Amino acid sequence: MSVNIKEWPGTALGSKDLEEGRVLTVRHRVRAEYAWDAGVAIGRYLRELKAGRLIARRCRGCDRILLPPRMFCEECFRPTDEWVYVQDTGTVNTFSVCYVRWDVARLTEPQLPAVIHVDGASPGMGIMHLLGEVRPEDVRIGMRVKAVWKQVEEREGAITDIRYWKPIAEEVG
Amino acid sequence: MPERVAIVGVGHSDIRSITPGVSYKELMFEAATRAYEDAGVNPRRDVDSFISVSEDFWEGTSIFDEYVPDQLGGALRPVHTVTGDGIQALGCAAMLIRTGRARIVAVEGHSKHSDMRTPYHIQEFAFDPIFNRPLGAHPHYLAGLEMNRYLFETGTTREQCAMVVRKNRSCAISNPRAVYGARLSVEDVLASPPAFYPLTELDIARPADGCFVMVVAAESVAGDLAGEPVWIAGYGWCTETPSLESREWGEAVYARLAAQQAYRMAGITDPFRDLDFAEVDDSFSYKELQHLEALRVCRPGEAADMLEDGVTGPDGDFPVNVSGGSLGVGHLLEATGLHRVYEVVLQLRGQAGSSQLAGVERGLAQSWRNLPTTTGCVIILEKG
Ligand SMILES: [Zn+2]
Repeated sequence: MSVNIKEWPGTALGSKDLEEGRVLTVRHRVRAEYAWDAGVAIGRYLRELKAGRLIARRCRGCDRILLPPRMFCEECFRPTDEWVYVQDTGTVNTFSVCYVRWDVARLTEPQLPAVIHVDGASPGMGIMHLLGEVRPEDVRIGMRVKAVWKQVEEREGAITDIRYWKPIAEEVG
Repeated sequence: MPERVAIVGVGHSDIRSITPGVSYKELMFEAATRAYEDAGVNPRRDVDSFISVSEDFWEGTSIFDEYVPDQLGGALRPVHTVTGDGIQALGCAAMLIRTGRARIVAVEGHSKHSDMRTPYHIQEFAFDPIFNRPLGAHPHYLAGLEMNRYLFETGTTREQCAMVVRKNRSCAISNPRAVYGARLSVEDVLASPPAFYPLTELDIARPADGCFVMVVAAESVAGDLAGEPVWIAGYGWCTETPSLESREWGEAVYARLAAQQAYRMAGITDPFRDLDFAEVDDSFSYKELQHLEALRVCRPGEAADMLEDGVTGPDGDFPVNVSGGSLGVGHLLEATGLHRVYEVVLQLRGQAGSSQLAGVERGLAQSWRNLPTTTGCVIILEKG
């Protein structure tokens, strides 16, 4: 229908009209601030990160080791049973190469987000993190990696206490 | 005749002014576990659909729906969110069941109010950006405007509103779920610091954290479950205008129209006679009186007289907010409606402990989505 309209009613606006204040503009910066309670499971997980360890929860119902840890098993719908330390090594499940920044500028050194299946946790359980010390063209699914931790005094109980995950030699056999 | 629908299981988490020890997921798991235990259902096997009520800005995560299934037992199952009050979700559950799409539905609502550092700025974000936000006052002033007009139109007094606070906070003392039980005098309320004239600080319900989960079932399966069914006889909800410039300030029109829908469904013609008690929104003291009038429990301007005569007290002919309401229990964001329903369910089951009312057969729960909304919900519940 609109293809038949040759002349649109009203006045077209350009960026100049906005800049020169000829049009009412309202700016509102919402103050939405939160302080989420981490809770039992994530609280412990973050505390262990500060200590340089990864911790998970075991569910005896399905005999899975859940990472990140949770106090309930979503499959069995029951409380999980015990804390289990897992390794800080794992296998790349999938990755991407970010060539574009938030402001759409091109990155010369692309970021490498990856999902890593962590050794000691059940299949499909792991950590969402970044890869480092590797060229984008060398990254592949199935690659073995290990966490590179921040120095103890720099850690703050956050996911960024691990700087990134770097490739390690494949075990033979 | 469409199939009857019942609430067959109810559960809640700890309700506290703050809950720093647990995450919202852990809060929800606690409430859900209790509700499923009460109903005698296994969510992984028996529950056909899950409904959560939440508002992204209260949570601090957009598309919050996605974070709901695991702790409700709804992983890899139909789950959706109602960005509204819990009573709206109960209505949706009843409709899912009446279409035949589900036989058992779980409904969840929670408040993690203490996770918000700037709750009133988030509330302000719900104001119209061109007309209202530039004026910049704390959003609670809307309640002051409304109370002032309500008192003007009905002749109700600030003292009578203070009596609502006294009644509800006193009732809360015998409710184990209530955070703000207290013995207060009318003078205490009037002498508390002025907040948003005519409101004083004590006229305003304070927030609390907590979660409620309910299991809703079709009549064909309700009899086989463990929980004593309480039947949903009617429900309705309504939204008046968002415009602050032209809304009805004296009367709660949304509650009147929502009640009309629920009454029609439940066959109620005289609410005072046909209902035994009610849990109604009292997030600000005057709201309890304004809402009772909108619900046609009495005529406009008469709610305060009923209160003064003790009719709406715990020993009266029509007890209102015997739980302590939001003033006594704490305001639970979108879970507030589910909390009111929970209290009605316990009363009808005879499980309300020292707050138990004698011989109650049918009760009403009414909610309002708080400032700056004009959305209200009504649900009618009855025994066997
Ligand atoms: Zn399990």
